[in-house]
Amino acid sequence: MKRNKSVLLSAPYLIWMVVFTLIPLGVVCYYAFTDPSSGEFTLKNLRELNLYWGVLGQSVLYSIVSAFICLLLGYPVAYFIAHRGPTAQRFLYMLVMLPMCMSFLLRTLAWVGLLQDTGIINNILAALGFHRIRMIRTPGAVVLGMVYNYLPYMILPLYAVIVKIDHRLIEAAEDLGCNGAQVFGRVILPLSVPGILSGMTMVFVPAVSTFYISQKLGGTDTVLIGDVIERQFKQGNNPNLGAALSLVLMILVFVCTGIMNRFGGDSEEGGVIV
Amino acid sequence: MKKVVCVILSVLLAVSCLVGLTGCGSNDDQITLYVYNWGQYIAEDDDDSIDVIAAFEEAYPNITVKYSTYDSNEIMYSKLSNGGITVDVIIPSDYMIGRMIQEGMLEKLNFDNIPNYQYIDDTFKNTAYDPENQYSVPYTWGTVGIIYNTKYVDEADVTGWELLWNDKYAGKILMFDNSRDAFGIAEYLLGYDVNTTDEAELQACAEKLAEQKPVVQQYVMDQIFDAMENEEAWIAPYYAGDYLTMAEENPDLAFYQPKEQGFNVFIDAMCIPTCCQEKEAAELFINFLCDPEISAANMAYLGYSTPSSAAKDYLDPEIAGSRVAYPDADTLKAASSFNFLPEETSRYMESLFMEVRNG
Amino acid sequence: MKKVNRFLTVLVFLFLYIPMVVLIVASFNTGKDITQFDGFTLRQYVRLFQDRNLLKLLGNSLLISVLASFTATVFGTVAALGIHGLSPKLRKAAMTLTNIPMTNPEIVTGVSLSLLFVFIGTRIFGQRNCLTFWTLLIAHITFNLPYVILNVMPKLSQTDASLTDAAMDLGCTPVQAFFKVTLHEILPGIVAGAIMAFTMSLDDFVISYFVSGLDFVTLPVEIYSYTKKPLQPKIYAMFTLLFLLILVLMVAMNLIQLYGDKKKAASRGAGI
Repeated sequence: MKRNKSVLLSAPYLIWMVVFTLIPLGVVCYYAFTDPSSGEFTLKNLRELNLYWGVLGQSVLYSIVSAFICLLLGYPVAYFIAHRGPTAQRFLYMLVMLPMCMSFLLRTLAWVGLLQDTGIINNILAALGFHRIRMIRTPGAVVLGMVYNYLPYMILPLYAVIVKIDHRLIEAAEDLGCNGAQVFGRVILPLSVPGILSGMTMVFVPAVSTFYISQKLGGTDTVLIGDVIERQFKQGNNPNLGAALSLVLMILVFVCTGIMNRFGGDSEEGGVIV
Repeated sequence: MKKVVCVILSVLLAVSCLVGLTGCGSNDDQITLYVYNWGQYIAEDDDDSIDVIAAFEEAYPNITVKYSTYDSNEIMYSKLSNGGITVDVIIPSDYMIGRMIQEGMLEKLNFDNIPNYQYIDDTFKNTAYDPENQYSVPYTWGTVGIIYNTKYVDEADVTGWELLWNDKYAGKILMFDNSRDAFGIAEYLLGYDVNTTDEAELQACAEKLAEQKPVVQQYVMDQIFDAMENEEAWIAPYYAGDYLTMAEENPDLAFYQPKEQGFNVFIDAMCIPTCCQEKEAAELFINFLCDPEISAANMAYLGYSTPSSAAKDYLDPEIAGSRVAYPDADTLKAASSFNFLPEETSRYMESLFMEVRNG
Repeated sequence: MKKVNRFLTVLVFLFLYIPMVVLIVASFNTGKDITQFDGFTLRQYVRLFQDRNLLKLLGNSLLISVLASFTATVFGTVAALGIHGLSPKLRKAAMTLTNIPMTNPEIVTGVSLSLLFVFIGTRIFGQRNCLTFWTLLIAHITFNLPYVILNVMPKLSQTDASLTDAAMDLGCTPVQAFFKVTLHEILPGIVAGAIMAFTMSLDDFVISYFVSGLDFVTLPVEIYSYTKKPLQPKIYAMFTLLFLLILVLMVAMNLIQLYGDKKKAASRGAGI
């Protein structure tokens, strides 16, 4: 009876998603396996992928690094927010969300203005008598762009989980003789795993397929897979190769998020994310 | 909490409905004309320039223009070829017009409705992409050259396209992030035809471009403006019209056309795609933009060159006489335009360029 | 430890807000370059209000994102409740389906959705102009749904099922139990999901580009197509105004909530 109701509730959604995501996915597969000129079945697009493994690896590397930095920065913030009074909590929560509402393009352009050789930071350094530092067009700048843009996606789920942790558990652990670090390591951290996993996914997935950040903040060597895919549709006039690339990217993302969830233990919450 | 969310949502909903509704309220005998153009590619009400679309609507009160924009020829092409939309006027570049004609995506124009076509100079008629002048009416044109900063770049080094390979300025050179334009420069430098389909020649160009990569600061398009104006970069290939815009901000910038090696001239022209539903109104619009006075006002805003000499009379004499915007006939002889390449070739070029970029 | 946390939080907030400050300052700049402040002016705001296009496009963007995020939130919450009750195998399949639009590069989603819409529109409904406001809305709801689900699901698994049972034992119908107990428990997740969905919609360019017709275009689509010319400073003015609008809305939301809490506390106090 309960199960039936669940099916009934989720059915419209599932049908919607099948129509509007599986069919597009089918279109991607169709493109990936057909020849751009003749429209016949071919594996040529997949063979051409050889050129792009390096780019793919680089994208994965950058986004994993970004996801971890987001976690390192986001966790203390989420923890801090979760331990304020209700009013302060709401206010800080709002402050985390606000940047997400503003144009991603413009905020990235602002970073260009900040980081470039003749940019704001370097101008200040020069005015203070320091040497100008090379910041833009480095892998670090790309990672910074990713961290900046996706950090709220890490903080929000972490906060949601941490705020729910039962305070009595912490008190119990303290009563049983745990010191601060132990309480954190044995109680708080394990309990925030669902938030960590959900945050990592929400940072990693958009970061790995991003295409704007690397164009603006990266150098000649920091081409990411999202750029390459976008190119195939925009200038390269080869949507078939673009489709093949995105198919590979999609498989890769599923593998990565799958591994991530394995790490988190195959718990109920872990299963929620993939 | 619940209540608050409800209140906020309903307020937002109400506000946005109001905003949405104010846009409606159309008339039955009103014709809607869909114009699809590059972003920021028509004069709008800004300081002292005229708003071209508003002027058109004033001249033809029964026509309402719906104007929207795209950021590259290919994006516009894929949107039109996907179908499902009505577009009445588009303004693609030369090689894309060639492609669309070949694929039957453009309507033949009725020049009886475009009397102002007489003002278009003969130089811009009988082009390679539209040899019989059936499908397109030139909107703007311009040349590609090298923009460089005289403060940092030694005039003696400005000898030709090889300036973009000069390792004295390593890290301060920008390059086109677009295979066709990048290969074009290599082709001029190596003395090949810009519309070559010879794979060995393209291969040689790719090697030349790979050689350039270590000195290139970044492969860019629109970022050239900021980078050149605030001296983040010193040397970049770009369009003459944009050089004029940049030079207003930074007077140290200079423009150079490699006359001996050749350079690219582009034409963006107005066309009517086959999905058009208001052909006559579209032709009226095209005619309106060809009007010398309107064309002059439009070009004053855009910075590109007008294809009609009659319009130059309405331009600021300084711009009309500028050798950068309007090179003399002798210089223009060295210019060549891009033609539509066979798909195989353009794909091959793109994959070579990607190898350069990723290698 | 606490001090370190506080310090880090302040740093992170600085990091999040510095670029916004740069843009806001740029909107009052007489020069075009955001790296150099030449002088104070309000000219960009005048220009913004003279522009007949930008404000209308902003209105379009707000309309689409409010409608899409609202629909997706309701639809997604119901779906999440359903998925939560499914057998583990089915649940896993449903979550995989949910992840697809998140992993699919936007440009692929955009192109394929537009192909789908055009196919349905022209072949089945025989419409020539089938990319409209509605296709844009459907596309936005589609990419918003996963964000709602991903935010609501963890909350649902944190919710104690015995609470609902208790409510029903005390005489609630299942619907009442849902509104009185479950909804209250998962509300933070719903709000987070709704806001993420709203922001995704408000800022989406790639998908919107492909699925919109020429009748109804949103602001980011327009801004991203400014490749032939550099960005005009009046865009910064619009950014600043939008920033203020959202800030005011959020502060107002907080204040109303605060007021509500106080009233609740007061009435509770009176009850005792």
